Amino acid sequence: MKRREFLKASTASAAIASMPWNPALGQARRDTLLAISENGPNNLDIHGVGTNRPGYEASWNVYDRLLTFGVKKDAQGQDHYDYTKLEPELAESWNLTPTSVTFKLRRDAKFHDGTPVTAKDVKWSFDRAVTVGGFPTFQMRAGSLEKPEQFVVVDDNTLRIDFLRSDKLTMPDLAVPVPVVINSGLAQKNATAADPWAMEWLKGNTAGSGAYMVERWVPGTELVFRRNDDWKGGPRPALQRVIWRTIPQAGNRRALLERGDADISFDLPNKDFNELQGNQRLSIIGTPVENALQYIGMNCAQPPFNNVKLRQAVAYAIPYQAIMDAVVFGRAKPMFGGRPQAIDASWPQPHPYTTDLDRARALMAEAGFPNGLETTLSFDLGLAGLNEPICVLVQESLARIGIRTTINKIPGANWRNELLKKSMPLITNTFGGWLNYPDYFFFWAYHGQDAVFNTMSYKNPQMDKLIDASRFSNNQAEYEGLVKDFVRLAFDEVPRIPLFQPFLNVAMQRSITGYRYWFHRQLDYRQLVKA
Amino acid sequence: MSAASSTFLAHARHTLGGNPVTLVAACLAGLLILVALLAPWIAPYDPLATDPINKLQPPSASHWFGTDQLGRDVLSRVIAATRLDLAIAVASVALVFVCGTLAGVAAGYLGGWTDRIVGRLADTIMAFPLFVLAMGIVAALGNSVGNIVLATAVVNFPLYARIARAETSVRRTQGWVEAARLCGHSELSIVLTQLLPNLLPIMMVQVSLTLGYAILNAAGLSFIGLGVRPPTAEWGIMVAEGATYIISGEWWLALFPGLALMVAVLTFNLLGDGLRDLLDPRRRT
Amino acid sequence: MLTLAIRRLMAALPSLVGVVIVTFLLTRALPGDPAAYFAGPAATVQAIEEVRQRLGLDQPLWVQFGNYIGDLVRGDFGTSLSTGQPVGFELATRLPASAELTLLGLLLAVVIAVPAGMVAATRPNGWFDQAVRVTATAGVSLPTFFTGLLLVYVFYYILGWAPAPLGRLDIFYTAPPHITGFYTLDALLIGDAETFLQALSQLVLPALTLGIFALAPLARITRGAMLEVLGSDYIRTARAAGLTPTRILIVYGFRNAILPVLTVLGMVLSFLLGANVLVEKVFAWPGIGSFAVEALVASDYAPVQGFVLTMAVLYVGLNLAIDLAYGLLDPRVRIES
Repeated sequence: MKRREFLKASTASAAIASMPWNPALGQARRDTLLAISENGPNNLDIHGVGTNRPGYEASWNVYDRLLTFGVKKDAQGQDHYDYTKLEPELAESWNLTPTSVTFKLRRDAKFHDGTPVTAKDVKWSFDRAVTVGGFPTFQMRAGSLEKPEQFVVVDDNTLRIDFLRSDKLTMPDLAVPVPVVINSGLAQKNATAADPWAMEWLKGNTAGSGAYMVERWVPGTELVFRRNDDWKGGPRPALQRVIWRTIPQAGNRRALLERGDADISFDLPNKDFNELQGNQRLSIIGTPVENALQYIGMNCAQPPFNNVKLRQAVAYAIPYQAIMDAVVFGRAKPMFGGRPQAIDASWPQPHPYTTDLDRARALMAEAGFPNGLETTLSFDLGLAGLNEPICVLVQESLARIGIRTTINKIPGANWRNELLKKSMPLITNTFGGWLNYPDYFFFWAYHGQDAVFNTMSYKNPQMDKLIDASRFSNNQAEYEGLVKDFVRLAFDEVPRIPLFQPFLNVAMQRSITGYRYWFHRQLDYRQLVKA
Repeated sequence: MSAASSTFLAHARHTLGGNPVTLVAACLAGLLILVALLAPWIAPYDPLATDPINKLQPPSASHWFGTDQLGRDVLSRVIAATRLDLAIAVASVALVFVCGTLAGVAAGYLGGWTDRIVGRLADTIMAFPLFVLAMGIVAALGNSVGNIVLATAVVNFPLYARIARAETSVRRTQGWVEAARLCGHSELSIVLTQLLPNLLPIMMVQVSLTLGYAILNAAGLSFIGLGVRPPTAEWGIMVAEGATYIISGEWWLALFPGLALMVAVLTFNLLGDGLRDLLDPRRRT
Repeated sequence: MLTLAIRRLMAALPSLVGVVIVTFLLTRALPGDPAAYFAGPAATVQAIEEVRQRLGLDQPLWVQFGNYIGDLVRGDFGTSLSTGQPVGFELATRLPASAELTLLGLLLAVVIAVPAGMVAATRPNGWFDQAVRVTATAGVSLPTFFTGLLLVYVFYYILGWAPAPLGRLDIFYTAPPHITGFYTLDALLIGDAETFLQALSQLVLPALTLGIFALAPLARITRGAMLEVLGSDYIRTARAAGLTPTRILIVYGFRNAILPVLTVLGMVLSFLLGANVLVEKVFAWPGIGSFAVEALVASDYAPVQGFVLTMAVLYVGLNLAIDLAYGLLDPRVRIES
């Protein structure tokens, strides 16, 4: 690091540190939310290279998007975002035609430094998202947003997006965390010739118009937000300050919540959520994560699991109920013991397999493995709390039908790389799509394009045809038929065995209300109220 | 020689008699080794067999140490872990004992370049934060029992090499070594028959002390996820996993393996201390 | 004195070079792939290859090493992937946190172990001696993470005496201005008693955890040194002259026993800096140890290299300081050198 930068950084932190602090600590505690989690953000810019999930939370609260999703009540009566309802955030109104959409921006919206938000900023931000590569570009492409030419500035307050093709995901994709609107003037001031998109500067600085501003960031330790009182994207949030601290030890996180020292956290083991439900001071909410499944994946591209009978044998040997009881403590939706056919065009839905060792043994013999086989079962150490007990139970059960496995822990940093190699024979993993469509899930997880999420390297032309047809189908009845067909095919061929649909659990003090489930599984501070 | 050994035994009896703690430690060490040897026969249950219906049961008549999150018997796992942990500790100490002592003796006896290389190697390892070096080795080579043994041995290398070197360089020029040389013994046979046997007692103190350290090291590696493969029972992993259950009241998961670990390390440390007193010439007078 | 210092530093140089090379090779052997990490969740093999080129990771190892050394010479430790910050900045801001914790831990250990060792030496093999020996050894026999979690459970969760294990300060306090980087000292320097007490109360449990771990070597060496001194001629003379036992123990005994204690103190300090790693993780302490562990598990090269190098330099400096102090305290050493 350059010496000057270091001096600047240290004087800045000294200036913050010496600011007079309100002595009325009680009042401060009432207006401040203390959120705790296992990890903190590594980058405040969602377009950044390698930005982690906590980084999405920072970005979501600091930046605005053109659109956002509405809200509905879920089956338990809790607030749940509504992906069928798009609502304005920075846009005031829009006009959708088959070939383009034209947005009118709010005239009163300002960035945190006071400059007005213009169409020029929106275009610069979207150009950036489709150009910089990596995750943001990938996510934009999921909504057929691919080229800078698609984003046209009509005037200061009007932006038009031209469509490349008719894609039902284009509009919802404008409300996910990626297409944020950045203060282009401020960012460009801090850009360099080598770094025209100010990637370096926006890592640790923000240039948004959102409901919260970053007051202080100590990476790996804490992130402090202050409310932006001039926010125009929605009703004024109740919380004045949000302090987000990193507490690596799960036991300590539980202790902090139980003793009332921390307000809210997602990061506890399922068992703790289960037990804390009896706690008078805490409220626990568990929402099934849309379009997400924990599964056992088998490598279909190489022996032995290229044998469909063997895969079915494994599917009959998984101790589903034991996993539900001992690993997730009931805090998940079971996904086994369903009908042989798809019951409707929804996803996820239960598959027909149950734990039936006799049938599994018979299938082993049919598959040509009467004497069993040896293989390895791998999992991501980063999620060991969930994965390890699953693997231990599966290992024990598979041994009963003659499949002897060695459990292989793979460090979190290396997991993605191992998935990409597609050489692990047997894994447990979880996958979920932000956009809640069955064809979206299948396109990534079962399609022969062999994306990284198709961890089984499953390739079947019949499956590809069904998925491709459903993605661009405009006929509802035809679409539903296609979905049912590919779900049925996935049940029969069973390249991956869904175990359960996980819950997004949150524990918070009773004094906190207004929690809303979001598909991105991060906390939205804007709706929260502390009594 | 026999007269010398009988006075040593008498001295040992005297010292142990005046030092009940060392006596207790010696008995405990014997017990631990016995448990490790007999582990498969004395464990009441299969340490790997899960039983999700009976998970997280507190200690009872049928499960003395309770059951863990997958319904496995904690007592059986603690017993199985005794075998593995002692095996890891003994293997790593044996490895470093052989390599470290030989390197140290070579450095002390030969001097010159050998001495310089061994000295630099030891200095370099010492300059590392030792636990992080062990972590790095296990992370880089993969977390298997063999690599945990190797990492622990590497970390202890400077200790053995330095002590062996210091003791050798003092003895090299002493009369009885000169005498052996004049009698026509080769250098190699002098090292093997004269020097090494005389180093053994001092090295044994280190062996006992590092056995304890090796167990702690393996436990620390487990705590950050670099330990042995699941579902193998190992004290460190059991404590680390059990620790998350302390707050929710299932204290037996962490307490029993933690106690076993502490008793083992304590035993070897006290034994090492006792041996040191035994060999300390100042105590003999 | 100065020539001695320079000679010692020169002698330490090869080990430092060794540390740099070994660390470099070790991190490159880590199984994780930074390119895959950087390329994001949905990257293709080709995209990862592009990122690898951009990070210079496709170069042969010796070229990468050359680049690394070049950066080091310019004082650039690289950037951490997991926090996104320059490693030099991270280390500079985190080192005071680790140092404050370690020094307080050492202080606690000294305050308990040295008097205990002295008293134990007055009646060797008496009940107090045995008790000290077993207790101190038990302290070093527990994994630090277990001691830490146990202390949190008892003193925070059950009794509520200790503050929440939230790091260096309660969230509603702001850090004192950066003078030394030690929150307790800085708060005292600006006369802010409340912040001082708060920072101190956050320090107690983690420092105790570390301190317990350091009792055994300190107590043992104090006892040994005292035994030797108490058996010497001048103590016998002092006894014969009719001085009180307390006066003999403290004034004549301890003053002469201090040298070996000082030597072992340096050893214990560098040992504690290493033990820090796990304690920081338990107490959410924003020090360099927890930083390095996280980085190692995530295959994040730069912080691991930076951390190891910093620790090696500290170790060399510490040993040098002890040697010099030794020379100041013991005239014999000065003459010999």
